This record gives sequence, C-alpha cells and structure tokens, in this order.
Amino acid sequence: MDSLLGKAGGWLALVFLSFIAMVMAADGGFAVHMGIIMTACLIALWVTISKADYAAIGRGILRAPADPGKYDDDPVRWGVIATLFWGMAGFAVGLYIALQLAFPVLNLGLEYTTFGRLRPLHTSAVIFAFGGNALIATSFYVVQRTCRARLAFPRLARFVFWGYQLFIVLAATGYLMGVTQSREYAEPEWYVDLWLTIVWVSYAVVYIGTIVKRSEPHIYVANWFFLSFILTVAMLHVVNGLTIPVSLLGAKSYSAFSGVQDALTQWWYGHNAVGFFLTAGFLGMMYYFVPKQAERPVYSYRLSIIHFWSLIFLYIWAGPHHLHYTALPDWAQTLGMVFSIVLWMPSWGGMINGLMTLNGAWDKIRTDPIIRMMVLALAFYGMSTFEGPMMSIKAVNSLSHYTDWTIGHVHSGALGWNGMITFAALYYMVPRLWGHPRLYSLRMVNWHFWLATIGIVLYAASMWVAGIMQGLMWREYGDDGYLVYAFSEVVSAMFPMYMIRATGGLLYLAGAVVMVYNVWMTLAGRVRDEKPMTQTPYDEAADKPLVAAPAE
Amino acid sequence: MNYEALRHFADSWGLLFMTLVFLTLVGWTFRPGAGRNHEEAAHMIFDEDKTDV
Repeated sequence: MDSLLGKAGGWLALVFLSFIAMVMAADGGFAVHMGIIMTACLIALWVTISKADYAAIGRGILRAPADPGKYDDDPVRWGVIATLFWGMAGFAVGLYIALQLAFPVLNLGLEYTTFGRLRPLHTSAVIFAFGGNALIATSFYVVQRTCRARLAFPRLARFVFWGYQLFIVLAATGYLMGVTQSREYAEPEWYVDLWLTIVWVSYAVVYIGTIVKRSEPHIYVANWFFLSFILTVAMLHVVNGLTIPVSLLGAKSYSAFSGVQDALTQWWYGHNAVGFFLTAGFLGMMYYFVPKQAERPVYSYRLSIIHFWSLIFLYIWAGPHHLHYTALPDWAQTLGMVFSIVLWMPSWGGMINGLMTLNGAWDKIRTDPIIRMMVLALAFYGMSTFEGPMMSIKAVNSLSHYTDWTIGHVHSGALGWNGMITFAALYYMVPRLWGHPRLYSLRMVNWHFWLATIGIVLYAASMWVAGIMQGLMWREYGDDGYLVYAFSEVVSAMFPMYMIRATGGLLYLAGAVVMVYNVWMTLAGRVRDEKPMTQTPYDEAADKPLVAAPAE
Repeated sequence: MNYEALRHFADSWGLLFMTLVFLTLVGWTFRPGAGRNHEEAAHMIFDEDKTDV
C-alpha cells in the first residue's frame, strides 16, 4: 500500500510540475508540450491507482494470447501495432507532401500545414516512429529467442515502449508548431532530446541485460548489429544534441557548435543515423528473419562477422560526403568520399550473404511471398548502397547534390530496403506472436509486394529523371555566359515527375493498407479461403501401372 | 592538444591503431577451428523450438 501511495504521489508531483511549467512557459510550443506531458502523467497516475489489470485489458483489445511464461512478448506485440499505425501516418503524410510539391495550393495557407513543417513530420514518422518501433519490436523478439532468455527488466521494457511513443508525439506536435532545432533527422528541441536520452539508455539497459542473462553461450550475429545500433545511436544523439537552451521554460535552444564544426557534427550524426539506425539495426532483422523464413542458416557466418566489423569501422567516417564543396576542409571531404566508396565492399558482402542464404531454395521466391519481400529488400539494400557511394564521388555529387536524385536515392533505401524487410519481419512475427498457424492471407502479402514494388520503381525512376534534369538545368550556361534557366523554370519542368512520384507513393501506401487489413484479420483469428500460392501438379490419369494391353 | 597535433596523431598512430584492431578482428574469424564454431552459431537459431517446449 505504501509503495502504491508513493508511486501515485510521484505521478501527482510530476503532474503538478508539468502544470507549473505549462503555466510559466516562455512560448506557446513549450506550453503545449508541457500540457501533453501533464496528460501523459495523469494517464499514468490513473493506471497506477485504479485496480484494473490493464495488461489483461490490452491483451483483450489486441486479442493477444495470455503470457505462456516462455518469452515476454507483450512489448513486441505493442511494437508491431505501433509500427503499423505510425507507418500509415508517415506514408500518408509523405504522399500529402509529395502532392504539395506538385500542387502548392495544398499548403492550405496555414503555417501548420506548410511543406516546411510537414516534411520533418514525414521523415521522423517513417524513420523514427515506423522504423524505430519496428526496431524495438524486432530486437526484443530476436534477443529473447537467440539468447533463450526472457527480457531483463520487464517493467523497464514497457517504459521503453511508452516513453518512445511519448517522444514521437512530442516530436511530431513540435514540428507542426515550428518547434525545431533545424538539424536534419534531429529536429526535436533540447527537452525532447533529454527525454529520448532517458528512454534510449533504458532500451540499452534492457537489451544488454537480456544478453547478459542469456542461457546460450554464443551471442548470435543479429544481436551484434542490434547492439551496435543501440549504442551508436546513443552516442550520436548525445553529441549532436548538445545545445544550450535559451530558457529552462522555453523551447528554443542554440547548438553548442558553430559554423562548419556544427555542420560536420550534424552530418556525422545524420549519415550515421542512416548507417546505424537504418542499416545496422535493419541488418539485425535481416540476419535473423531471412534465415528463419528460408529455413536455412545464413550463407556464411564468417562473412556476417566481417560485414559487421567493416560497417562499424567504415561508416562512422562517411558523413563529410554530405558537405562536398562547402567550407569543410578539402581533406575532410575527400576522407568522407573515400570511406563511402570503401563501404561498397561490406555492403555488397552483406547483400550477397543474405541472398545466398537462399542458395538451394531459390524456388521459395516463387512460392513464398515473404521470402520474395526479403529478396527485394536485399536487392534494394544492394542498389542503394551502390548508388550512395557513387553519389558521394565529388564529380557526381556536383551534379546530384541538392537535387531530387538524393530524394530518390533515400527512398530506394527507405522504401525498398527498410520498408520491405520490416514488412517481411512483421509478416513473419504476427502469426507467431498471436498464436495462429498462419497469416489471414498469403495472397494478400503478394498483393502488398507488387503494390509496393511498382510504387518504389515509379518513385525511384521519376526522381532519377527529375534529379538529373534539375542538376543539368541548374548548371546550363548560354553562349553569353549567363545561366539559361531561371529557378522557376526548373520547378515547372519537374511537374510530370512529381506526379509520377506521388503515384508511386500512393501505390506504396495502398500496399500498406492491404497489410493492415491482413494483419487485422489475422489478429481476429480468421483465415482467408484462397488458392494456395503453389500446387504440385497431379495427373490422375497418368497415376497407374504401365501394363501392356493383352493381345486380342 | 591543439588541432594540428590532434590531426597528425589521427592520421598516423590513430590510423595505424584502428587498422590493426580491424585486421585483428577480421583475422580472428579465420583462426583454426573457427569454421566449426561458425557452423554451430549459424544453426543455433533453428534449435530454439526443440528446447523451448
């Protein structure tokens, strides 16, 4: 009883503190955020004092099986739902801002709905909300199964999940209100950064704790990738987030760095967010779910370890390629370029390792749509890790930088690699997590595959054309030595490509809608009556002994 | 340590140190007997269903 009183008192104190901070806030954005935090604390207070068993109610809503005492899968299930929810939000906002570029009237004349504010909402929603929840869910799933141990610190694991959702809500509402540090992929302001640090350190504690209490002597390679992702993101976030707030009750802060040092810190963070969040973390998924779905061990375990160490040693130096032809010293630009090019080798080694895992089971690409998604993800991992180093070469970068080619490159990696491997991992986990023999429909996985694939192809192809056209038009000089095209002419020339891109985004979103329906029906315990993906042919007439006909 | 000194340290001893650490870590996977361990580790994810029951 005392502990309950203490806990409730603690939450109440936090409610009061956030209320005071809200009232005394120096600006509107900070006040709204303190209001959100106060609401979150009130909900936590209610959960603490009411007698209801919320874990059981949650299981009822999600139709989740009761805890069989094997693995602690509740946070994983919540993570799967959150991944789908934020994915839909992020894809929809992406489609909307793609249409804004084609039809500026969609900015609606409101500051809250301008492209400048919705764009970070889109990038953070897909990278951190969709991708982040997918990473938290899959890492908790994989670490328990490969360590044969339940999650260490189960309460902390739940805090990680809910704390991360609060971070997402604070970040997203902040962007709409214009509360931003203006650092790409690190837009949240100082107090949200501090909150994320607490959540992330808790995540590391749960993850490392589970590895420490493992009953399996070897730490499977997928965990190496997940662990490097967790630790490196912690380091990147803390260093890049070093700022000095103007007021302790206001949203605004200024970076601890200035000038080119600030730019380099930002891109050291930014590129390694790609390298460790979007690559290492998702490779952790790849190294577990691809072998499991293919029912074959990874092609070469040694190669997976070399892949790991090479990524770790090389990626961290590649950031300066975002600052070609800027005030950054020339040697640093060259360093970034050289390390980016060297990254070709481990990236392709990893891709080959993943694809060759299917060696001897290539027919599964035809018969298993989940394997098909994984193969496409690996193919796009290979393509975007080929394209990226190429674009980091200074001569290529002088054409590609600041154009839509970069946007196309990012999306071939994000939609193709991160999206597809996430969908495949979710399709793998959902029936197992909810205790059903199979998904509602395998054919709908196939529809999802084709919708998403055609969407990515339209997206990437239109952005290649748009980007190269844009780059060439910007640098076109006439005989008189003046630039041939005005910026506005370049913008209007892009319209058809913008429309094709939006179409691609719409198809990708449609594929995700099919997935949500499929998962929803699987959770409901339904199985779709459908023709199987493959059938071995059977000819009844030929199924008889060969007997010579007696002579007449 | 000023900028120049740090830079010179980084592109000489620092670089050598990192290279050696990297080569050791990669070389470690080629030690005798590593192949068998790798084989075991690669198959480990398929054993779980047997012992979990």
